[in-house]
Amino acid sequence: MKSKNSGKDFCMFGLPGMFCFFAVVIIPFVYGVYLTLTDWDGVSSTKNFIGLRNFAGVVRDSQFWSSLILTFEYVIVVVVLVNVMAFAIAYLLTRGIKGQNFFRAGFFTPNLIGGIVLGYIWQFVFSRAFVSVGESTGWSLFGISWLSTPGKAFAALVLVTVWQLSGYMILIYVAGFMGLSEDVMEAASIDGASGWKKMTNIVMPLMMSSITICLFLTLSRAFMVYDVNLSLTAGGPYGTTEMAAMHVYEKAFTSRAFGLGQAEAFVLFIVVACISGLQVYFTKKQEVEA
Amino acid sequence: MKQTNVGGSRRKMMNALAIAVLVIIFIGYMFPFLMVVINSLKQKRDIIKSPFSWLFTIKGLSFDNFVKAFVQMDFLNAFKNSLLVTVSATVLVTLLAAMLAYYIVRNKNKISDFTFALMVASMIIPFQAIMIPLVSIYGGTLHVLEHRLTLIFMHTGFSMAMSVFMFHGFIKGNIPIALEEASCIDGCSHAQTFFLIVFPLLKPIISTMVILNSLAFWNDFLLPSLVLSKKELLTLPLSTYSFYGTYSADYGTIMAGLLLCVIPILILYVVLQKQIIGGVVAGAVK
Repeated sequence: MKSKNSGKDFCMFGLPGMFCFFAVVIIPFVYGVYLTLTDWDGVSSTKNFIGLRNFAGVVRDSQFWSSLILTFEYVIVVVVLVNVMAFAIAYLLTRGIKGQNFFRAGFFTPNLIGGIVLGYIWQFVFSRAFVSVGESTGWSLFGISWLSTPGKAFAALVLVTVWQLSGYMILIYVAGFMGLSEDVMEAASIDGASGWKKMTNIVMPLMMSSITICLFLTLSRAFMVYDVNLSLTAGGPYGTTEMAAMHVYEKAFTSRAFGLGQAEAFVLFIVVACISGLQVYFTKKQEVEA
Repeated sequence: MKQTNVGGSRRKMMNALAIAVLVIIFIGYMFPFLMVVINSLKQKRDIIKSPFSWLFTIKGLSFDNFVKAFVQMDFLNAFKNSLLVTVSATVLVTLLAAMLAYYIVRNKNKISDFTFALMVASMIIPFQAIMIPLVSIYGGTLHVLEHRLTLIFMHTGFSMAMSVFMFHGFIKGNIPIALEEASCIDGCSHAQTFFLIVFPLLKPIISTMVILNSLAFWNDFLLPSLVLSKKELLTLPLSTYSFYGTYSADYGTIMAGLLLCVIPILILYVVLQKQIIGGVVAGAVK
């Protein structure tokens, strides 16, 4: 495509896509950095330049930090559970059993449905179905709705997220297991490796590239949880399940502190970028070739 | 001989055990959907009395809930809006991303290098870091919120980086430049070369990107909720949200409404299962 009218080519092929990208992602991002330096409330026409005072405000906003710590706890539990579950299920699925495709497709179903609808479905399960189990069996575990008890509401949120995300990760792990070479597995068996030893010494290192992808996806999704958070618990009871992404939204659009909200969003962005960067760096180092 | 037999039966047993475990987990996974289906057909007092009771034990079985939900959610309109936004944004981003990626692969210059690097880097920016300035620019300065076109444009922009990245990889690896040279010699213009020769060859990656993007657009809540709020413009997730807010105590209707939202995707899933799963795996692994 090199030629004399490369300017025309650029306008026709390159420009439209670039325009969308810049107008929606890059310009708002840069403008967002500027917003963190102002005291804009979202309505008034004047924005005063206040330097780094918003970031001082972020440091002082104890609610933001508690929501961030809560998000960390949530992310750790979710990432571990999702990956262990998905890895184990994918392992069982790839043992050559019948109905593999059916199971795989079924487990993936929650991923096709939006977080809002999923959250509402589970809200019914927690507040009616489980409570009804509690009433007829007398188990105190289901006595009152999980969603109205602080610790259990958090557990409920974790449960729904694990349920939703694991189907996606199962697909990736299944693809990973299918890609393992028969020869290597056979060689390992002949050399006397079996069961747990084969799993930790042969399978896990070879699966590292799948693990890198799954960890990255679960990390970034769990950090940014919003839909399910909103429809399942809406931050309640008493704000005990308000995750960082929801806090940022509330700060900006409900409390009308756009500058402060944007500064908090920016801090969140840096945290997520650093953590997923580190994760990819460290798990990539573990990857080996067969 | 005997040994292999023992190993064989042991393996068979382990497989049976694996299937048993899987079936139990699977039932657990499907349990919420089952609850929705059962209760969408029951009346409120029966739901409160016994959410588990099966259909045949219930007298007040009816489709009233569906009719009610259909009307109250303004389902047809919301469905139409969702479809319009999803289809237009998917078509737009597929076309523009393929063209941009093609330009970047075939024209090594400063602009294309810079754009591509910026796109790859931008993929780690979470939506929450952009939403506030986005609303302030498009709402406060340009006053273009409350239009479906704005939403389509934003969906296109947000999925551009990922799509270009995927097309870039595919074009670089699979489209030989000799083809384009040949078509050039035969007298095709660049546009003709792209649309008649290159674009059809991109079919595998196009189907992957169409599946990934359209699922994301169809289910997205946060972005549409920032752009649209007028009742007649709401997409399905938005109208579910406002519907739930109004009727949250009316369980039967809610269950029917949720089921209505899920059914179109499930039908599509049953038909295109192989393509969807293949697309998602291809999208994640690259």
